[in-house]
Amino acid sequence: MTNNIVELDRATLQIGGRAVLKDVSFAIQPGEFIGVLGPNGAGKTTLMRAILGLLPPAAGRITVFGRSPQRGDAAIGYLPQLRTVLPDLRVRGLDYIASSLHGERWGLPSLAAADRKAIEATLDDIGARDLAARALSDMSGGERQRLLLAQALMGDPKLLLLDEPLISLDARHQEVVIDVIKNVCRERKITVLFSAHELNQLLGAIDRVLYLGNGQAELGTVDEVVTAPVLSRLFGTEIEVLRAGGHIFVLSRGRDVERDAHNHDHDHGHHGHAH
Amino acid sequence: MFEYEFMTNAFAAAGIVAVVSGVVGYFLVMRGQTFAGHALSHIGFAGATGAGLIGLAPLWGLVGFTLAAGIIMGLLSERISNRDVAIGVVLSLALGFGLLFMHYYTSFATQAAALLFGNVLAVDHAMIATLAALGAVTLAALAAIMRPLIFASLQPELAEAKGVPMRFISTAFLAIVALAVSACAQIVGVLLVFTLMVGPAAAAQRLTKGLWSGLMLSAALALIEAWLGIVIAYHTDWPVSFCIAALSALVYFAALAVPRAPVQHAHSHSH
Repeated sequence: MTNNIVELDRATLQIGGRAVLKDVSFAIQPGEFIGVLGPNGAGKTTLMRAILGLLPPAAGRITVFGRSPQRGDAAIGYLPQLRTVLPDLRVRGLDYIASSLHGERWGLPSLAAADRKAIEATLDDIGARDLAARALSDMSGGERQRLLLAQALMGDPKLLLLDEPLISLDARHQEVVIDVIKNVCRERKITVLFSAHELNQLLGAIDRVLYLGNGQAELGTVDEVVTAPVLSRLFGTEIEVLRAGGHIFVLSRGRDVERDAHNHDHDHGHHGHAH
Repeated sequence: MFEYEFMTNAFAAAGIVAVVSGVVGYFLVMRGQTFAGHALSHIGFAGATGAGLIGLAPLWGLVGFTLAAGIIMGLLSERISNRDVAIGVVLSLALGFGLLFMHYYTSFATQAAALLFGNVLAVDHAMIATLAALGAVTLAALAAIMRPLIFASLQPELAEAKGVPMRFISTAFLAIVALAVSACAQIVGVLLVFTLMVGPAAAAQRLTKGLWSGLMLSAALALIEAWLGIVIAYHTDWPVSFCIAALSALVYFAALAVPRAPVQHAHSHSH
């Protein structure tokens, strides 16, 4: 039998009666670092919610660790897209992470010494020990993302679902976050699904890419998937793929589709991005 | 002033209510649902006047209506706090009904001002016992759900993924808020529930960054404002609720003016 970490077998995922992914099949192997890409609304978050057991497939099968997805699976670490922003919340980083440890249990919150140590050790691993004592409202976007990453790594997950962890970060912080994730996950042999708007920063980190679009999904190496025919099918429009200077540009009628989709378009030319 | 029984009663009742309001209000502010709390108190006004109409004690009308409204709001939506317009319409309707009930039960009108603005100096022993019981139930229920409530408030997406029953938590919390509002309205009135439930909690959240320290400070501020309000009222003959409202606003704006706790840039030399 297979030992796939995540497997979709002709799965259809629906939201409000609309099929976001239709009849999709692929399998992710242990220890893979998968970049999940695709235009807005292609189903990146939906796929992660299905893997988390929050959205049962309308048709077909999803297996995670060889069984049906189970809500609250401790072996999955999850970094949700930052939809809930509580900018004025003066909660320490330590308390923020602590709230998620056994947060589903009833009763009063408590923080065992062992849990506190574990939080600090995880923050150490990603070089963010100082965030434990800082208030969430005083953290920069990059620091918050690192805090959330530490939280996702708590409890030794075997699978990490990272939903747009680069959003609202500048290029330098994006590189730092990718590096940290790559190193920690390689070391701990964690399988990673990492969704992003842009492929190029991920090129040095990912083993394979999962491209979503038009209700379909294509999993393979960058060279297999990021090609004009495959992407034209996924985007439902004619796509050109250009490779230059170690970068890949996905263009639709001469426009860079990833850059268009990326609504946090900062000016950071001094970081040597060839664009 | 402690030689008067109505004063000791006032201190006891205000003390109970302030602690409950401060604690529950802390979570109300954390969840960004202060407006829902405000609406519940207005809905409670209709309940209280309606209870008077059919010969029940106003407190039980208040409890019944706010509890029902809190549960319905919780069941309708996990993010009802964002539906300001819907809540606003419902709360005005409730106030309107309160007026209608008073219209048909004219002898009740004398109590209307007490309901709207509170009358802590008229509290008797029976009311203190009732408030103590109401407060104990409220705090016990809050303690039971506090851990998942914090998780669900701070990180709803993750809490859902980890198996926290989100709808149950938000419904139970609004029911708890309803009980706290009912108790609070006895002291400062339905219109000024904000002064004890939101003012101290918002100030505490500004001034602390630990959960427990915030919770403690919120309760302490509410208690100080309530008691000091009574003292000031005793010496000036101003209405108690005004004094508490003024103190609450003063503390809140003072907290806003306090510069944020110094940020330690321990990381500035680490990379």
